[in-house]
Formats: sequence, structure tokens, C-alpha cells
Amino acid sequence: MSELHDPNAPQATSDLSNTGRMDVSAVLDEGRASVPDSIREVVFNLDDVHIFYGDFEAVSDVTMQIGKNEITAFIGPSGCGKSTLLRSFNRMNDLIPGARVEGLLAYHGFNIYAPEVDPIEVRRRIGMVFQKPNVFPKSIYENVAYGPKVNGMKVNMDDLVEDCLTRAALWDEVKDDLKKSAYALSGGQQQRLVIARCIAVKPEVILMDEPCASLDPIATAKIEDLMKELAADYTIVIVTHNMQQAARVSDRTAFFTADVDAKGVRHGRLVEYGPTRSIFTAPNEPRTEDYISGRFG
Amino acid sequence: MSATLERPFDAPADIDLRGHGQPLVDKTFRWILFLCLFIGIAFLAVLLAYVIIKGWPRLDSRLWTNMPSIRRPEQAGAQSAITGTLWVIAFTALFSLPIGFLSAVYLEEYAKPTSRFARFVEVNIQNLAAVPSIVYGILGLAIFARALALGQTVITAGLTLALLVLPVVIVSTREALRAVPQNIRHGSLALGATLWQTTWRQTMPAAVPGMATGTILALSRAIGEAAPLLLLGAVTFISFNPTGPFSAYTTLPIQIYNWTKESREEFQVLAAATIVLLLVILLAMNAVAILIRNRTQKRW
Repeated sequence: MSELHDPNAPQATSDLSNTGRMDVSAVLDEGRASVPDSIREVVFNLDDVHIFYGDFEAVSDVTMQIGKNEITAFIGPSGCGKSTLLRSFNRMNDLIPGARVEGLLAYHGFNIYAPEVDPIEVRRRIGMVFQKPNVFPKSIYENVAYGPKVNGMKVNMDDLVEDCLTRAALWDEVKDDLKKSAYALSGGQQQRLVIARCIAVKPEVILMDEPCASLDPIATAKIEDLMKELAADYTIVIVTHNMQQAARVSDRTAFFTADVDAKGVRHGRLVEYGPTRSIFTAPNEPRTEDYISGRFG
Repeated sequence: MSATLERPFDAPADIDLRGHGQPLVDKTFRWILFLCLFIGIAFLAVLLAYVIIKGWPRLDSRLWTNMPSIRRPEQAGAQSAITGTLWVIAFTALFSLPIGFLSAVYLEEYAKPTSRFARFVEVNIQNLAAVPSIVYGILGLAIFARALALGQTVITAGLTLALLVLPVVIVSTREALRAVPQNIRHGSLALGATLWQTTWRQTMPAAVPGMATGTILALSRAIGEAAPLLLLGAVTFISFNPTGPFSAYTTLPIQIYNWTKESREEFQVLAAATIVLLLVILLAMNAVAILIRNRTQKRW
């Protein structure tokens, strides 16, 4: 499962839209395609979640569960609220003035929007990887060591840095340059450094907001392989615009779309959620079918 | 290939790639722009040349090794003014930088962008930066010198100039903080860092070049200030170096002012030489600011 994608291999994922249908099912990961229909162990439980920016309801009425050690992909057209929903999982939306969450968003049964919850405690357990690799303007070593340091973790830092960089499949490329600026790395390496930085604080969940959006196909393939490896120990939720990516890496897929209400305002809505194989091969909703076959979005 | 553009015999008739000359308006405008720039620079150049030529005979070590003297201009120097300037600026920095940095951090990192208080303060900081410096002199005289009975001392001057440059420090620090990309803050917060840890370990270190540049420019403004210090008793004849914060003092702009008041030609020469000295200090400070900015330019 861990071998790198061969960049020269014929890309079953390439755009077949000129045939009228993108055959995404061809890239389904056979190893991961066998998830059961029901989730065995629930990490996140969402019940009637609505997310507002001021008066604007960006996401309305989402009810779903995220399973432990699974990779869950959020797909859907731009403006459907999938990133907004993802950022509410570790309370990063708190940083946007006027953002507010209604309904139940529970992490192992604890409502993370309860008034006595400290968002910092939430974020220590639920890490995040952003669209643009946001390495700190520091050395590679310090980038990884930053999280454990600010969290006061008592560990052998050298070992931890090596371990995290190894797990992020970056160690061999940077082991002689640990003191060099992280900005000297390529975009794909930076994103793997961000993942190493994220797992250094030993989170349970890693949220990824379009982690490959600014990367080339080879770097993307590396990140995808990495995600599959990490899924053994972490619960991963990924937002992606790339349906092939969702098909390649995820166990379950949630399809969101934007509904326009009577006043012409768009609200994000969960259309369909299930094992990735059934979403891509036998969707229940016609809108899902339209989207994954490239007729809309 | 011939140098001239020869018309291919089979070219369509309506194609003519030869220019039709620059329109007159275009040329005129170009000259007006250049003239405006020239006027500004020419005045500066003339001024600089004038003081250098006039002060040349006294541009030697007497200027910084000797004390001022009223009777013997050929022996007079500006040492007490140089050390006085250093003392005053040190105290200005001591008071204005911590307060300015931390105020800016509050406004930029801690205050909610929607906060009315923060917006009110923001507008008024801009206004404070536009208040004439003599007004700060009156304020310093009334509050620090009289009400707090600090007298006409280095510390009074330092406090007054600190108030004067505080708005500049706050505004430039805010700009430096704002230039730090949001995703660095988010990256830190997403790792479970507190706002304080994020600000102290990520945002502020990334903003240091901008903060340093703004700070140096603010302090060089304070060095050149004479007006508030005229009110604060720096005018008196001082022929000793300050010994501490409660010592009497004079500064370079005040010393220049005192010498230009003298009727004897030798003092005029001395004043010109001191002006050159002050300009060299200011240019050196600005050069350091530019150097810091260029050295530490970040690619995000």
C-alpha cells in the first residue's frame, strides 16, 4: 500500500470528461474499499449542525458520523460549506469574527462547542493541515519541535523530530538539513513537513483542507500514500476538490452541495454520505451521480 | 538584413508598424514629472552642499571632543550635545518601544476587529501622529517637568519625545504585524498553541524586521526634534556631559539653534559643521533601517 505512485504509469484518473463520464471507480483503492456500511467506532457525531457567519447560514442541517481510523473525504462544488464544516471540527472557525455553530458537534460524546470547552484543548487533539503549506519561518527542526514545545510535552525532542519526519516520509530527504530554513523545501516537502509538525503533538484526528491543492501530481501522490499509512493510527478527514483523490484515498465520502433558498442565498447541505465505493459506483441521489460523473459542478 | 524597415511587397496595405512619434502631451507630462522630482532633490542638494562647504573648516575632531564655549569659538565643540542626544534618545527608546510594541500587539492580535474601542483608539492614534511637536513640549513641561517635578532633565525630555513618537511606533508595528501572513498564526493555533505563544513565538519574530525599521525611523525623528525641547529647558548653556537621568542636558538640534543665534561668523561655521554631523547620524540610522529591511526580507 505504501509504494509510491509511478508518475509514468498510465493515469486512469485523467480527465475522461470528453467521453461524457469520468470513470472515477477505476481508481478506487481496493484495500480500503471494503469498509462496512456502518461505522464501528465513532469519533465525531454531528447532529443537526448549522454554521453561521453572522446572519448568513453557510452550512445547514448536517447529521453524520466520522469513524475512527478511517479516511473520510468531503467533496462538492465550491461554496458548498465543506471547508467551513471541516474547520468547525477543531474550532478554527472561532478565529473568524461572527462565526457560530448550532446543533451538536460531539467529539467522543463531548460537545466541543460547550461553553466550558477550551478550544486550545480541542486543537491539541484535532490537528489540521491547510491548503497552502504554512511552514513557520524557522528551521525544519524547529517546525516539528514547535508543537511539542508549546504544549509542554516532556519528550526527547531529537527522537520525536526524527520519528515524525520519518512517519511523514520526509526524513531521508532532510536529515542532513534539519537546521536549514523550512522555506528552502519544495511545496510538496513543505506540506509533508506540516504533516510531521501536526503529528508531533500526537493528535487523534488530522483534518486536511485541500492539502494537495497547490501541489503537482507527484507530490500529491506522495501525500496520498502518506495519508493511507497514517490512517492506521489517525482518523483523517479531508476536504478535496479532486474526486479522483477522494476515490483513491478515502473510506467514506460525503457529498455536499449548495442549495439556493427563496431569497437567492446559498446554503451548504450534505446530500449523501456513505462508503466511498458505493458513492462512486452506486450513488442513491441523482445529484451525487451528476457531480461525480462530471455533469455538474 | 537592412537596418530600415522595408515594406514586404506582398504585405496587406493597412499594416503599418512604424510609430507615429510620441504625442506632445506624453512628452510634456514626462518633463513635468521629472521637473517636480528635480525641484525637490535640487533643494536638498543645495542645502547639503551649503552646510558642508560652510562647515568644512570645523569638520574635525574638535567638534566631538570639545565642549561648547561662548568666548572661544575656535575651541568650541558639541560633545555635551552629542552625549545629551544619546542619553535622551536612549530614554525615548526605553519608554516608547515597549509601550508602542505592546499597544500594537493588543490592537492587531488581541482586540476583536469589530471592537468599537479598538477602532476609536485606531483613529485617534492617527490623529496623535499629526499633532505639532510643540504641543508635546507644552504637555511635557506641564506634566513631567512641573506636575511630576522631574524638572528640566534628561528623563523629562525622554518621556516627552517618547509620547511624540509613540503613535509612529504603534502604527509601524501594526503594519509589520499585519504583514505576517494569517496562515502562520493559524498553523500555530491549530497545533494547540495559545494566543500568547502564537504571538510571542511566531508573529512577533516574523514581524521583527518591519518593527525594527519603523522604530529606527521613529527614533531618528526624535533625534531631529528641537521644538519640544526648547520648552523643556534644553536651551541653557551646558558644557558638561549628562551624568544620569536627572541631569541637565542639551541636544544637537538645540546646540545648532544656540550657535546660529550668535553673531560671530565662527559660530555660524560651527553650527554648519554640527548640522552636517546631525545629518550624518540621521542618514546612518536610515541606512541601518534599510539594511535590516533588505537583509531580512521574507518569502512567505
